[in-house]
Amino acid sequence: MTDAAAPVSSGVGLSELVRRAKGSPLAIIGGAILLFWTFCAVFAPWVAPFPPNSVDPAKIANPFPSAEHWLGVDYLGRDIASRLIWGARTVMTVAPVAVLAAAAIGILFGLLAGYRGGVIDALIMRVGDTLLAFPKIILYLIIIAKFGASTLNIILVIAFTSAPIIARIVRGVTLDVRHRDYVSAARMRGESALYVMLVEILPNARGPLLVDLFLRLGYTIIAIGVLGFLGVGLPPPDPDWGSMIKEAYGMIFIWPHMTLIPAVAISSLIVGCNLLATGMREAMRDV
Amino acid sequence: MSDVLTFDGVSIEFAGRHGKPQRILDQVSFSIARGEAMGLVGESGCGKSTAALAALRYLPRGMRVSGGRISVDGRDLASLSEAELRQVRGNRIAMVYQDPMSSLNPVMTIGAQLIEVPMLHGESDANAAYARAVKMLGEVRIPDPEGVMTRYPHQLSGGQQQRVVIAMALMAEPALLLMDEPTTGLDVTVEAAILELVRDLRGRFGAAILFISHNLGTIARICDRIGVLYAGRMVETGPIARVFQNPSHPYTRGLLAALPRLDGPGRGGKLAPIEGVIAASDRARVGCAFAPRCKIALPALCDPKPIPMTPMADDPGHLVRCVRIDHAMEITAEVPHQPPDADVSSAPLLLDVQHLQKTFPVGKKLARAVADASFQARAGQTLAIVGESGCGKSTLARVLSGPFAGSGGQANFAGFDLSKISVDDRPRDLRRRIQMVFQNPDSTLNPSHSIEFALMRPLRVLRGMSKADARAEVGKLMQVVRLAPELRHRTPDQLSGGQRQRVAIARALAGEPDLVIADEPVSALDVSVQAAILNLLSELLEESRIGLIVISHDLAMVRHMAHWVAVMYLGRVVEYGPADQVFAPPFHPYTAALLAAAPKPSVDEGPPSVILGGTMPSPTETITGCAFANRCPHKLGPICDTTPPPIRFWGAHQVVCHLENGV
Repeated sequence: MTDAAAPVSSGVGLSELVRRAKGSPLAIIGGAILLFWTFCAVFAPWVAPFPPNSVDPAKIANPFPSAEHWLGVDYLGRDIASRLIWGARTVMTVAPVAVLAAAAIGILFGLLAGYRGGVIDALIMRVGDTLLAFPKIILYLIIIAKFGASTLNIILVIAFTSAPIIARIVRGVTLDVRHRDYVSAARMRGESALYVMLVEILPNARGPLLVDLFLRLGYTIIAIGVLGFLGVGLPPPDPDWGSMIKEAYGMIFIWPHMTLIPAVAISSLIVGCNLLATGMREAMRDV
Repeated sequence: MSDVLTFDGVSIEFAGRHGKPQRILDQVSFSIARGEAMGLVGESGCGKSTAALAALRYLPRGMRVSGGRISVDGRDLASLSEAELRQVRGNRIAMVYQDPMSSLNPVMTIGAQLIEVPMLHGESDANAAYARAVKMLGEVRIPDPEGVMTRYPHQLSGGQQQRVVIAMALMAEPALLLMDEPTTGLDVTVEAAILELVRDLRGRFGAAILFISHNLGTIARICDRIGVLYAGRMVETGPIARVFQNPSHPYTRGLLAALPRLDGPGRGGKLAPIEGVIAASDRARVGCAFAPRCKIALPALCDPKPIPMTPMADDPGHLVRCVRIDHAMEITAEVPHQPPDADVSSAPLLLDVQHLQKTFPVGKKLARAVADASFQARAGQTLAIVGESGCGKSTLARVLSGPFAGSGGQANFAGFDLSKISVDDRPRDLRRRIQMVFQNPDSTLNPSHSIEFALMRPLRVLRGMSKADARAEVGKLMQVVRLAPELRHRTPDQLSGGQRQRVAIARALAGEPDLVIADEPVSALDVSVQAAILNLLSELLEESRIGLIVISHDLAMVRHMAHWVAVMYLGRVVEYGPADQVFAPPFHPYTAALLAAAPKPSVDEGPPSVILGGTMPSPTETITGCAFANRCPHKLGPICDTTPPPIRFWGAHQVVCHLENGV
């Protein structure tokens, strides 16, 4: 209003978002945490000091952190640090893949609902509401009990339960944008509906979408942790943070580190996702 | 002290998140006496709204008064406590904003909102407040005040809403009325009525008025004095008559020269735009802030030291901040005297619209957005479609450009009847031949795509060019609309409004169209930028023989560029003909009212001779006689209500009216 040089911001571009996020301490801390775990996941075989599944009962005599085992060993004498690092691999593949799958489904249906409107909109959104109304954990348990605990099933379950929220976000942006003049201009050129949705509308949703995807990544990590803890997560013996907590929590008063350390790992990742999302959201608002 | 509001060397700084604080206002001084109206004018970003907010001590976060003193009734605003400030705001100062809908609470009745004012200040009981509210609605000339008290804001028209806001402002009998673009969103006839109202109320209530506007015409109509702001600095101030007769700062002169005028030479005249935009760096300049855009600036004189406000020799009340004032006369609008076209009817016909209709179902009724429109567009000429909001001009544009098909009549273009086929059914070549330029520079371009992308796509789709060819052609297009080549990879948010509108024009030209439809192409732009875009459009037209249909409410702009004019009222074309004839008598009574209401940037004008009362009937009503009859100052009698008016011809000039000789 008062500054002619300030652009009228009708959507912050991606590069602009990244540039602004770099100025946000929240986003930097969150991004650093995520980068750290990504690094662990990618380079696990080289970074991890021990093989994650090498059992050594002799070490249980003194399982606490030591010079050799920085974070101690678990009840089977396996090195916790190594298991965490290998566990990062699991969580850092399953969670992003699940979120991306959710995004694909959500974007598709959100665009359709917002652009077509009418019956299609009502149908898509009501099915989505039904999915959202169901308590998620129970839904996970039912589906996994029926189809078995496999990585693919977990990804599918999470994708389908997260998609309705993403669809809502995309639909909201679509409703806002579809009557803009540039959409009219594209239609008057005779562009196909698919082109209009994907090229003219979708890019304008990338800001809010990106923020939401990182939030959703955090929730997904919680979900994977919970599933692991309930014993219906990824099959053992591969290290999974949720299962690590579950295996050790009976001994929490004797050997607290065996439970607390993986719990801190899960929390740090979730907090990282949330900080990054919050930082980016503020960066979008800040003009 | 007789001055109600005094700004004494006021500076306001905005501490942005990044970088140095910016000066939004720089040592601005003025004062307004009781019963006086002062106008502040300038382009967007000049700081005029900030001045109004500062007068309420209601600056947005991050802004603060960094120097000088603002006093109301002689009391320094900065020294007041919160409680005292509330008292001053409620009792002494009232504000009227541009958009009445955002000033009124949609869930409260008008009555409840008006009564709230005196009740909150504990001045009167409910009965007295009610009586006063009814009286005040009468004062602002709202018909049936008692009835309006029980209604909600959305049940009133825009003009009525603004009257209510003004009534609300007057409820407290303020000593100072701040009006920030109070008529900008309104139609000219409504604007004329509101301005008359403000002028009248000022006489009776004796409030001082600070009137903020970008429109020199509205300021000329109601203010006694004017202040011209540029980049936060006052560059010229003085009595309104003096400043308009003898504008002396290059910026003031530029603003006036950039303005198309109703009394101007008509087509062929060329506007003088002010090149460039206000840059953030201008605010930090030591010397003249306007120098980077000034045609007569001399760096040696204008840049090194601060330039003081200097009184003019012949009038100490007229102050100007310029060291090159002797050369300011060099800035004028170019007026090449082009003889009017001998025969505008000789150009080849492009589009022939006959009795076009477009109806929409509204519940069980039918709304006739376009009821009966007939006109022609010709190659290389501009047809202007003029009318107030709700007259159906934008719907008409959409039927022609294709988002929806018409409901009746014909629109013949290149062997197709456009009224029958919406864009999805038009062959590619037909889509290419009709292009559209939209009104709003903020939504005309996709914020996610670069300029190059926006221009390449129509080349690829409509002209089937290869990627490499299209890329080369983008360069040419940008040159045609005078966009610097380095803007090619920018996104719209990095462009000014004028630049965005140039891209939109380039996008329309990309298909090498025969007909371009422009819906209010410049109404969202600053005056100085408008002129440049209008010049660009007329030049392109001359060179390329494209037919242009301009939809506008701005008669001065139409006068400046149109060959043909169609005046629309309630979905009907009521007057149509060559511009030179439409702008000269005989008129349709509605055209006459529009012309009288249009604000003119001169002080010789008295109040408008015709002020339209009443409102446009709803498009769902069935009208048997003349659509304009209920508001027409020249109504003949029952014949106007019962018999459809005949078309009267004076050569190519047609008027749909019962009056035999027009107005």
